Amino acid sequence: MATDTQKLDKLIEKYAAKKGILIPLLQDIQNLEGYLSRESMKYVAEKMKMREAEIYGVATFYSMFRLKPLAKHIIRVCKGTACHVSGANNISTAIRNVLDLTDGEDQSADGLFTFIEVACLGCCSLAPVIMIDDKTYGKLTSEKVTQIVKSYY
Amino acid sequence: MKECLIKVGMASCGRAAGAEEIYKSAEEYIKQNNLNCRLIKTACIGMCFAEPLMELIMPNMPDITYGRITEEEVPKIIQNYLNQNPQEEKILLTKKSTSETTLQGEENEGIKKQTRIVLRNCGIIDPESIEDYINRQGYAALQKVLKEMSPEKVVTEILNSRLRGRGGAGFPTGLKWEIAANSRVGEKKYMICNADEGDPGAFMDRSVLEGDPHSVIEGMLIGAYAIGADEGYIYVRAEYPLAIKHLHKAIKDAYENNILGKNILKSSFSFDLHIKEGAGAFVCGEETALIASIEGKRGMPNIRPPYPAQSGLFGQPTNINNVETFANIAWIILNGAEEFNKMGTEKSKGTKVFALAGKIKKSGLIEVPMGVPLHHVIYEIGGGMKDDSPFKAVQLGGPSGGCIPASMLNTIVDYDSISQTGAIMGSGGMVVMDENTCVVDVAKFFLTFTQNESCGKCTFCRIGTRRMLEILTRITEGKGKIEDIHTLENLAENISKASLCGLGQTAPNPVLTTLKYFREEYEEHIIDHKCRAGVCNKLINYSVVADKCVGCTACTRVCPVGCISGELKKPHFIHQNQCIKCGACFNACKFQAIVKK
Repeated sequence: MATDTQKLDKLIEKYAAKKGILIPLLQDIQNLEGYLSRESMKYVAEKMKMREAEIYGVATFYSMFRLKPLAKHIIRVCKGTACHVSGANNISTAIRNVLDLTDGEDQSADGLFTFIEVACLGCCSLAPVIMIDDKTYGKLTSEKVTQIVKSYY
Repeated sequence: MKECLIKVGMASCGRAAGAEEIYKSAEEYIKQNNLNCRLIKTACIGMCFAEPLMELIMPNMPDITYGRITEEEVPKIIQNYLNQNPQEEKILLTKKSTSETTLQGEENEGIKKQTRIVLRNCGIIDPESIEDYINRQGYAALQKVLKEMSPEKVVTEILNSRLRGRGGAGFPTGLKWEIAANSRVGEKKYMICNADEGDPGAFMDRSVLEGDPHSVIEGMLIGAYAIGADEGYIYVRAEYPLAIKHLHKAIKDAYENNILGKNILKSSFSFDLHIKEGAGAFVCGEETALIASIEGKRGMPNIRPPYPAQSGLFGQPTNINNVETFANIAWIILNGAEEFNKMGTEKSKGTKVFALAGKIKKSGLIEVPMGVPLHHVIYEIGGGMKDDSPFKAVQLGGPSGGCIPASMLNTIVDYDSISQTGAIMGSGGMVVMDENTCVVDVAKFFLTFTQNESCGKCTFCRIGTRRMLEILTRITEGKGKIEDIHTLENLAENISKASLCGLGQTAPNPVLTTLKYFREEYEEHIIDHKCRAGVCNKLINYSVVADKCVGCTACTRVCPVGCISGELKKPHFIHQNQCIKCGACFNACKFQAIVKK
């Protein structure tokens, strides 16, 4: 994606003269672009007179920042304790099978799905839980989740 | 027609269970029939197991809460209630029974076993309405403090209440405030609320912020007045969008009502409050890391001293408390330290909120006085085990805590008693495990988490947790050596000693407690290559017992990888090299023809 420097300027301006603004600024850029591109980070560094490494360091430290664009749908598998003891690993395996992901891959080849395991979605009473985009699915089994993911194709 | 109030539980968990459909259905019914009803969204009353929930309130009728309802049932329930002939099925709670109706909800007895201070408004008020909060004595404590009490007196009151930090470590809140109040008097100070609830399996803070955000703001204001701070931050996980939304609304309303900003309630006290969204780092729950994160840096802990009270945010004296701690403050001011002291044990006063989850019948949010035994929480309030499988252990304190076995369920809920078991009180996550849970796997789960979340500053935490995880992985794969147990203990000791912050110091706890109480299971994995819970994939195999298989093809249909072959009405066969051991076939077989070994 080509970086729209005008939009970035607007965001940077919004935070001008405030303290401790790097994280909210990066969050806003991610909301705008869907991820943090190399170009955007470089641009912010120049504008704010910071080192690029400093910005990259913050961006990679926090798990919410993504350095790659997202697919059409995001599947979040809850890996909280309650989900774990209720079989979240099997849910992950079943989803990875449907999406045909090999170890380490988090994006399906057709560009439809991004697969993320998250710490806790906070719906422990419905464990195991996943979220696809903004919709939460609970009390899952391998079969149920396979059906659910297939319904998005 | 008389006015009726309808409340739908719309916290994150309620929404996930379908509360939005319930709300829409009720809204439509009210509109269609032109009813004189006020429909509001409340947050979590704590009965997650019975979601979605709907409560109906009308004069001369008992208040009735229905649970586990579907959207189709909504019109009927409302209609019958308005006709003073309430449906008797699915009643969860009733209040103020009248002479004509003596309906009993299935949870009427259950809720009496709780003492609700922190959760006093959760699920009762509309969290987006400041009026609702004020109508229930909201901001009365702030008014009292500003009119009648000096900052020193507030500190003394909190000291006398002997409230301890609810974030996990249990440091006395009054003492913390006293130190901050006496530090660099006259200079700019900050008040921070730690709402970075990163512990997997805990959702207390989320529920309080979603359900009663003003109680946290009021607690912060009283604290800020006591220590002399004029600016504050709420550092909240970005994963909690609803909590953030409710906080924004609450802060806006507070500013409009002269509760935040300049000359609060016409006093000389001023306070500005900001929300800072976290970006996903568990270590930011640690005070100094949290401060670094607000400053826009990588969230890495710093050596203490200097403590935040001396030099914290932007180098100024700073006080940090947890959400639940703040939610206690207004109650203490209004009811007095003495009243608070009546609850709890010698060293732990007041109540504690727990998030019950896992293999328990009534998972949800509960609040009990300190000092009740764990079995009371699990069996009396939690309703016991979800399935028939017997209780094995309860995990307290998340990645910093440990597993407490059945033999120790008499342990009472207070900071010191729980610490003695090797677990910690923690923030209040309580995950119940049954015989189908493998403790080695649970230890591995937590180590995976802490290893991932280690910020990398201290060598022992960064590399030590990785070594521990490698060993645990080896053990769960049947490749462990008997000396591994000793190595684990050795690493655990050194990681605890040589780490700067709580994350590293407590990271070995899940391993140490499981080794202490379930050592034989580690040995079984290592010596016999056996996982008695049937969890560790590399140690189990699914196979078909040919004699019992009738060839119904139920298993082939559910197998997600298609690794079961066989003709109709003939014994089937599982191809081991393709099997992912998901257990789908095992669950689908009605003839017990598939065995797990």
